[in-house]
Amino acid sequence: MSEKNISLTLRVWRQAGPHVKGQLITYHLDDVSTDMSFLEMIDVLNEKLTLRDEDPIAFDHDCREGICGMCGAVVDGQVHGPETATTLCQLHMRHFTDGDTIIVEPFRSRAFPIIKDLVVDRSGLDKIIQAGGYISASTGGSTDANAMPIPTQTAEEAMDAAACIGCGACVASCPNASAMLFAGAKVSQLALLPQGKAEREKRVWSIVHKMDELGFGNCSNERECEATCPKEISISHIARFNREFTRAAFVSREK
Amino acid sequence: MHLDAKIPSGPLAEKWDKHKFDLKLVSPANKRKFNIIIVGTGLAGSSAAASLAELGYNIQSFCIQDSPRRAHSIAAQGGINAAKNYPNDGDSIHRLFYDTIKGGDFRSREANVYRLAQVSNQIIDHCVALGVPFAREYGGGLATRSFGGAQVSRTFYARGQTGQQLLLGAYSAMSRQIHLGKITMFPRREILDIILVDGKARGIIVRNLITGDIERYTAHAVILATGGYGNVFNLSTNAIASNATAIWKAYQKGALFANPCFTQIHPTCIPVHGTYQSKLTLMSESLRNDGRVWVPKKPGDKRAPEDIPEEQRSYYLEEKYPSFGNLVPRDVASRNAKEQCDAGRGVGDTGFSVYLDFHDAIKRMGEDAIRSKYGNLFQMYEKIVAENPYKTPMKIYPAVHYTMGGLWVDYNLMSNIPGLFVLGEANFSDHGANRLGASALMQGLADGYFVIPNTLGNYLAEQTLNPVETDHPSFQDSHSQALEKMHKLLAIKGKRTVDDFHKELGHVMWDNCGMQRNAKDLEKALELIPAIREEFWKNVTVPGNNDDFNQSLEKAYRVADFLELAELMVHDALARKESCGGHFREESQTDENEAKRDDKNYSHVAAWEYQGIESKPRLHKENLKFENVQLTQRSYK
Ligand SMILES: Cc1cc2nc3c(=O)[nH]c(=O)nc-3n(C[C@H](O)[C@H](O)[C@H](O)COP(=O)(O)OP(=O)(O)OC[C@H]3O[C@@H](n4cnc5c(N)ncnc54)[C@H](O)[C@@H]3O)c2cc1C
Ligand code: FES
Repeated sequence: MSEKNISLTLRVWRQAGPHVKGQLITYHLDDVSTDMSFLEMIDVLNEKLTLRDEDPIAFDHDCREGICGMCGAVVDGQVHGPETATTLCQLHMRHFTDGDTIIVEPFRSRAFPIIKDLVVDRSGLDKIIQAGGYISASTGGSTDANAMPIPTQTAEEAMDAAACIGCGACVASCPNASAMLFAGAKVSQLALLPQGKAEREKRVWSIVHKMDELGFGNCSNERECEATCPKEISISHIARFNREFTRAAFVSREK
Repeated sequence: MHLDAKIPSGPLAEKWDKHKFDLKLVSPANKRKFNIIIVGTGLAGSSAAASLAELGYNIQSFCIQDSPRRAHSIAAQGGINAAKNYPNDGDSIHRLFYDTIKGGDFRSREANVYRLAQVSNQIIDHCVALGVPFAREYGGGLATRSFGGAQVSRTFYARGQTGQQLLLGAYSAMSRQIHLGKITMFPRREILDIILVDGKARGIIVRNLITGDIERYTAHAVILATGGYGNVFNLSTNAIASNATAIWKAYQKGALFANPCFTQIHPTCIPVHGTYQSKLTLMSESLRNDGRVWVPKKPGDKRAPEDIPEEQRSYYLEEKYPSFGNLVPRDVASRNAKEQCDAGRGVGDTGFSVYLDFHDAIKRMGEDAIRSKYGNLFQMYEKIVAENPYKTPMKIYPAVHYTMGGLWVDYNLMSNIPGLFVLGEANFSDHGANRLGASALMQGLADGYFVIPNTLGNYLAEQTLNPVETDHPSFQDSHSQALEKMHKLLAIKGKRTVDDFHKELGHVMWDNCGMQRNAKDLEKALELIPAIREEFWKNVTVPGNNDDFNQSLEKAYRVADFLELAELMVHDALARKESCGGHFREESQTDENEAKRDDKNYSHVAAWEYQGIESKPRLHKENLKFENVQLTQRSYK
C-alpha cells in the first residue's frame, strides 16, 4: 500500500425524494487517501456535511466487500465506475488522480425509480426471482447430496452463473433496461443442474412474462451488461436463456 | 429466576428424536391460522421463513436491506461443516459434535451441539436440492476441505462464496413462498421494539426506512434472526448495517442475554490502514489450508519478505502446534499473531500484521490450482491492498468477526419470554466460548430449516392466544417511546457525528475488552463507556428528520444501543474470571500462555437480566452438565 493524498471535485446527484427534481451539486474534497475505497471517500464527505448540518448523501451499501450487491452508482458515466469487475465499494481512490472532477449519479433506468440521491428501487429484481428463479424443493424431503453426481465442469459453470450479486448494474447499463443478464444467470444456473430440470419450461416462461410485465426491456445484444458486471457474468448465459425459452415454447406446444 | 433449558432426557444420541416425538403438533389446517413474524433474512431467518411457510404458517418477514438476499450471511466465504464423512477420513456425527464442543472450550450444551451435528447432513442434502452449486470432485461427488480445529475434511464450499450460495438457496425457497402468498416480505424495515401482551411476544414495531413511518405488526409468535453484534467494536468483518437493536430491545423487555462477552477475533483479516476505514475485510480461514503463517525471526526486520531467507523466518504456528499447525482454532491463531506483533516481529507499515504465504502451495500445486480454490479471495485482497498475493505474501491481522453470545434460548430456541424465539448468530446456543470455522452457517441453517419447524408448533399448540390488535396499549407505548427517542436524537444538534462516537466506543472495546482482557482494563472500560454514552446524548448531531429516508438517524439509533450493550459485555467479561476460548483473561493462563479454564467455578452459561440502563444487570447461571465428553484442557500441539 503506497498511500498518498489527492484533492478532488465531486459533482453528486442530489434528489430529496422520488417526486422532486434533482441536480448535480459540487463539493470539493482535500486529503483523500488513495487507499480509501470510493464509499469511504463519500463517508468522509458525509462527515463534513453532517458537521455543517447539511443533509449527507444517501447511498446504499452494506457488506463493502463486493458481495451483497447493495452498492452502486454511475461514476463518470460508468456503472460502478471505471474499473472492470469491480463493485463501487471495491473501487479504490488510487484509480483517480489529483485534481480530478468526478461525476456521481444514481443508476439511471426506468426499471429503477430513484428513492433519494443515489438510492434506487431495485425490487423488480426480486420479483423476477419470485416468478420462478427457484427449485420447488421443500425442506425435509431431499435425497443424499451425493446421490446425483454432477460433473465438475457443469458445477463450475453453474457456479459462474450463480455468482451474480443482483446489484442491477446490467439493467442500469443497458440502453433498453433489460434484465436479461440477471435473469439469464439464474435460469442458466438452474438449467445446468439436474435438480433444476423438472421445472425448466415453466421457469423460463414465467420469468419472461414477469420481465415484460415489470417494464424491463428486451435484449438487443449491446453487451454493455457483460462489460459492467462486477462478477463478469458472461452473456453466454443469455444465449442459454434464449435456448431454454425456445425449447420451452417447443415442448409446451407439443403437449 | 429458574433457567430451564428443557433438555430432553435420555441418551445423547436419542434426545432429538425423542423430543420431536414428545412435541405437540399443530394440524395442517390449523397452521393456516397462525401468523408468525420473522425479523432477519440471513441464513437463519430466510431458512426459517421458507420452511415454516412450506408447513402452512403465514409469515411476515422483515429486513433492513432492500432485498432479503443481501443479509450479512451473503458475505460468508469459507464453507459449511457437515458430518457426511464422504472422504472416508474418520468423521462422524459424534466427531463433529466433539470437535465443536471442544472448540467451544466446553462452554456450550451437549444436547444442543449434538443436535447440530445430527442435522448437519440434512442441511447439505437440502441445499443441493435447492440448486446450491457446491464444489465437486472430478467424479461428480461433493468436494470438501479442512478448517481450523478439525483434523478431518468436512467443510463443503462453493468457491469462496459459500455464504452467498447458501443464502441464495434459502432466498430462492423464500421467493417461492412469497410467490405462493405464504410469506409477505417487508424489506427496508428496521425493528424498533418487540411488543409483549400478557407477557408473551405478540408483535413488533418497525421503522419504514423509506418513508420514516412507524408501522405495527401483530403475530402469534416472534422470531428474531437478526445476526451478531460485532459492530459494537466499530471495526469488524460484519456488514455495516449489522446491529444489536432487536436483541437489545428484547433484553430490555426481559429476555436474558447470555455470555455477552464471548467475541470471536478472526486471525486472518486485512489489517487496518487508516482512520477513515469503515470495515475490516476477512480473508477466509480456508486459506490456512494452503497458506503458511510466518514473521521474521528478528524483531524490527523491515526487509521485503522475499529477501528474508527461510532460516530467518519463524513459522510460529507450525513450530508451536505441530499437529494442527496453521489450522489451530481461531482464538489460538489470533492470540499468537498479537503476541508476535507485540514482540516487535510484526510486518507491514504499522507492524501489526503477519504474513500468510502461498509460495510453497503454488510450487506444489501450481498457480491455477490455487486460483480455482481461492481466486475470488485473492482478487479481493489485490483490490484492497494493491499487491498480488500470488507473488507477495498476504499481510493479515486479527479482527472482530463473530459474537458467540446472544439471547439466551432453551433447547427449543425460545427465549425466556414466551413466544419469542431467537435463531442464528443472534442466540447464544451452540458455540460456547469459541466458534469453529464453517459452523455458523451450519447453525443458522440448522436452526431455520430443521429445529424451529419442529419446536414452534409445540409452543403454539400449548397456548391460548387471544387476538391482539395494533391499537393495544403495548403498541401505543412502544410507538411513542421510539418516536420520542428519535425526536431526542434529532434535537441534540451537538458537535460530534455518530461515526465519531462509534469509533471512540470501538477503541475502548478493542483496547479493554478485546483479544486479551484483565480486571484493571475492564474496570476502566466500565467508567469510560457510560461517559461516552452521556456525551453522545448531549453532543451528537443527527441531521434530517424522522419522517423521511434518513440514514444518519438509522445509524444513530443503532449506535445508541451499542453504547448500552458494550457495558453489559464488559460486566460479563469482568465476572468471568477464567479464560475460555475467545475470552482470554490474562489473570488465568497456563504456563504456556494458553487459556486456562476454571471448570469448578465457571462451567455455566452467564445469563444477564436487565435492571435499567444505569444499574448493574443481574446475573443468572445455567450450569452446564457434561455426561458424554471429558472436560480437558484444549491442546492443539
Ligand atoms: C466476512 C465473514 C465471513 C464468514 N464466513 C463464514 C464461513 O465461511 N462459515 C461460517 O460458518 N460462518 C461464516 N461467517 C459467520 C456467518 O456468516 C454468520 O454468523 C451468519 O451468516 C449469521 O447469519 P444470521 O442469519 O444469524 O444473521 P445475518 O446474516 O447477520 O442476518 C441478519 C438479518 O437480520 C436483519 N436485521 C438485523 N438487524 C435488524 C433490525 N434491527 N431490524 C430489522 N432487521 C434486522 C438483517 O437485515 C438481516 O436480514 C462469516 C462471517 C463474516 C462476517
Ligand atoms: S456494499 Fe456490498 S457489494 Fe458493495
